[in-house]
Amino acid sequence: MSFINYASREINCKIVYYGPGLGGKTTNLQYIYERTNPQNKGQLISLATETDRTLFFDFLPLDLGSVRGFRTRFHLYTVPGQVFYDASRKLILKGVDGVIFVADSQEARMDANMESLDNLKTNLHENGFDLALVPYALQFNKRDLAGAVPYDVLFRVLNIKSEPTFEAVAPKGVGVFETLKAVAKQVLHELSKK
Amino acid sequence: MTMFGPNLVVYEEEFERINAVLARLWMDANAKIVFLVDKNGQQIAAKGDLEKVDATSLASLTAGNVAATDGLARLIGEKEFTILFHEGERDNIHISIVGQRLILVVIFDERSSLGLVRLRVRKAAAELEEVLTQMASKAAEEGQAPASPFAEITDEDIDALFTE
Ligand SMILES: Nc1nc2c(ncn2[C@@H]2O[C@H](COP(=O)(O)OP(=O)(O)OP(=O)(O)O)[C@@H](O)[C@H]2O)c(=O)[nH]1
Ligand SMILES: [Mg+2]
Repeated sequence: MSFINYASREINCKIVYYGPGLGGKTTNLQYIYERTNPQNKGQLISLATETDRTLFFDFLPLDLGSVRGFRTRFHLYTVPGQVFYDASRKLILKGVDGVIFVADSQEARMDANMESLDNLKTNLHENGFDLALVPYALQFNKRDLAGAVPYDVLFRVLNIKSEPTFEAVAPKGVGVFETLKAVAKQVLHELSKK
Repeated sequence: MTMFGPNLVVYEEEFERINAVLARLWMDANAKIVFLVDKNGQQIAAKGDLEKVDATSLASLTAGNVAATDGLARLIGEKEFTILFHEGERDNIHISIVGQRLILVVIFDERSSLGLVRLRVRKAAAELEEVLTQMASKAAEEGQAPASPFAEITDEDIDALFTE
């Protein structure tokens, strides 16, 4: 749910990174944080365990400049991917405007990818959203690993509605901004319909 | 109150009223900072010593805090906990829910007291609910809403956002 303030001419949108544990959601945010000018970003807040696993969420506010005289801000969140944090994931999806699914390209994580995608559908539904209608992009991360599952195979299993799909190596930034941009575009187009 | 559209939209008139309520609360409660956030963590308005805090992070963490507490409430069969209070060595945070959808946060130190804050928050919350009702009825009257500023957005507009 975006927030449009006509008085201060600002618009805020919420984008959530979803996906299996250790898939690279937090790494996406870290890369975006590193590569954004100080005046266009706020603090990166990470509520994490001692072993750097996301415990509740990561949060990064991004200021993308103006569209049609409105300051456009995106609030990026990641969910904790570990299965047992489901209650937290559900909370973070509240009021979401767009979702990025970060899949792990490793063979051994295929089941985890599918399980997490199912979980996304369920949790969106419980928040009153339908994945078929929500602005959405898919990212195949960890393309640098030897033995990564071929693109076509991942696409067949994980692409659900011909959403824009990107190959990524999050720590190096490959595909990171491209994925974000694809979903931001859909979110803004969605707003133009309202 | 559930008569809102999918998006929260604030216009000039209501924004001014909200700011006036927060300014009065800030004075009357002797607070350091007063701010209003929606449950999704978007800051709506604020008043006080804002240079000293990161308001955006404060908004997001407040919303996370409320969301987690709401989750706890439901777990034990409560509808919600309407007030949260965190006591620090110097500063304290008083968090309350307004109109089921907004979060009113007051940060105060020893120059004020929990009793005073509570009292003033109750009054401010009632006033804010009135503004919310007005916003909701405006949103309900279709045609009232100005055309979305994004109605004619182009791919070029969007691309321009990412060229840094
Ligand atoms: N080789 C490689 N490693 C990656 C890539 N992306 C992330 N990693 C590593 O994978 C590990 C987990 O990344 P995170 O970003 O913390 O994963 P997450 O999805 O946030 O995990 P949770 O918070 O548990 O849900 C870290 O050690 C990253 O450095 C990638 O593209 N290639
Ligand atoms: Mg993480």
